[in-house]
Amino acid sequence: MKASRLLGFSAFLLAVFVLVPLFIGATGRWDFFYTLTSVALLSVGAAGVWLTFYIGRINIGQGAYALVGGYVSAILVTQGGVSFWLTLPVAGLFCAVISILIGLPILRLRGVYFAMVTLVLTEVARLSALALPITNGAKGITSIPLPGELSVFGLTIIPAFGSLSNPRIGFYMMAVVLMIVTYLVLWRIVNSRLGHLCRSLQQNEELSASIGVNTAYLRVLAYAISSFFGGIAGAMFASIAQSIYPSSFVVADSVNFMLYCFLGGLGYVFGPMLGTFLLYFGWDLLSIAREYQLLIYSGVMILLMLVLPNGVLSLLDKKEGGK
Amino acid sequence: MEQIIANGLYLGAQYALIALGLTLIFSLMNVLNFAHGQMYVFGGFVTYTVVVQLGLPFIVGLLASAVILAIMGAVIEKFLFAPVVRRSKRDESTMLLAAGIAFFLDAVILLLFGEKQRGVPKIVNGVFNWDMRIIMPYDRILIGVLAILLIVVFIAFMNYSRAGRAMRALAQDRMAAQLMGVDVARYSMLGLALGAMLAGLVGGLLVTITGVNLGMGGPTSIKAFLMIMIGGAGVISGAIAGGFILGMMESVGLTVLSAYGDITYLVIFATLMVFLAVRPQGLMGKPWG
Repeated sequence: MKASRLLGFSAFLLAVFVLVPLFIGATGRWDFFYTLTSVALLSVGAAGVWLTFYIGRINIGQGAYALVGGYVSAILVTQGGVSFWLTLPVAGLFCAVISILIGLPILRLRGVYFAMVTLVLTEVARLSALALPITNGAKGITSIPLPGELSVFGLTIIPAFGSLSNPRIGFYMMAVVLMIVTYLVLWRIVNSRLGHLCRSLQQNEELSASIGVNTAYLRVLAYAISSFFGGIAGAMFASIAQSIYPSSFVVADSVNFMLYCFLGGLGYVFGPMLGTFLLYFGWDLLSIAREYQLLIYSGVMILLMLVLPNGVLSLLDKKEGGK
Repeated sequence: MEQIIANGLYLGAQYALIALGLTLIFSLMNVLNFAHGQMYVFGGFVTYTVVVQLGLPFIVGLLASAVILAIMGAVIEKFLFAPVVRRSKRDESTMLLAAGIAFFLDAVILLLFGEKQRGVPKIVNGVFNWDMRIIMPYDRILIGVLAILLIVVFIAFMNYSRAGRAMRALAQDRMAAQLMGVDVARYSMLGLALGAMLAGLVGGLLVTITGVNLGMGGPTSIKAFLMIMIGGAGVISGAIAGGFILGMMESVGLTVLSAYGDITYLVIFATLMVFLAVRPQGLMGKPWG
């Protein structure tokens, strides 16, 4: 079991770091780099949403944290002159702190109520970005410089993006590394004591509270981790697009994050990654269908839901029987 | 002051009608209908097509919206929601379905009606003017009165008809209702059809005043969610209260806060978050009854 997992992991690494760039180089579809970078970053955000699903909460507010993260990084880089690499964790931590403050009251809500409040949260973030002076209103923050180099003790780990001949590959590599780290962390969380406790919350909150699980602390913790992921995804997005607007992340994006999780399968750690890939990449490929793009996309989504209501990864379930 | 209250009442009547449909669907199916705003837009476009392009009277357009949306709701329940609810491991799966339907309806609206803003000419002319204190066009008054009338009819239907009683029973306890011989499948279908019909009717009513366009669906859904959160999800009186409260807040906010820029909704949202932190189930949140 251990060996096969290691094999699968290395196969995945080989695919994303070697085969995909080779394939893109061979076909000349350089735009795929941008699409796949977006997939990797969105799946980081979706990983956060998945974690809130894991404690039994429907989170439609990830767009808010992505927007906040993007703005924190953009403001620090443009106005404070801070290195992008430093703003990345700062953006994540800032989101985590905000989410603790917001989460303390709203995590008492359940089911549809929590879902609706988080949906409203996305609107709050957008409207705040429009109204606050520091975010520069509807004009947004533009011409954010590309990330500079990251060096430790004079040793260059990541070269400055401006000096790269093809920054798109650089962004792709960076986003994929971020995605892999995120999912390793997520996988570790799920297979730890914390993960077991989260599962108990998902199944029955009263029962787990009655046997001494600190449910209030756990759900705030899970929500903070989730928002941290959202924040760093948003910060990376702002840096790649070199701009951020109040409309960069709207309600539709929040809903999409949730859909990625659903489609991949809520019971599987790698579900959101697969779901993001299928939905986002599929959407991109469907652009050849022009005005029928949305029709086909949503039609396929509804069909998938009818055929596999428990997510695409539930296909594996039938073969192996259980987890 | 009187003007603000009149505007608030008018807005509130529309909102309450939208929220009623959403809350009905929610209480019966436990589904948060993401496609509610799209259904509303669809209803508006149907009325527009019948009235402007076919040249038929407004009431025909309104009826056409109601019938078409009711059929759409029934079909969606029968062939989409029912199978997924039956086979899915988690309740939330229906949300993906609802969101998918919202996208699908957006696509259908785009293909059928285009992306232009559409409106229907005024159905009555003239402006009501009470001593310069309340100024309101007659068509708005008519639409407001029609909306209130529809709300009354809906409540009467839910309270006194056999089908209404069955639906209330379903909302209270699905299992118990089934054991008492209520045809669950049939009344679920009827409930969704009714909810969709209400959305279509509001669309048909409002197309005469504000018009409709493709982009209105999502924001309308969010407003409807707000209303049922204020009032309490799944409660008729809550939906009505939520609709009127939101209408009033919007009307007051647009007047009082206009000096500070476009922050009315920001204030409403912030207030709502605080309110929900204190009272998570909304004003009247309790099982339907």
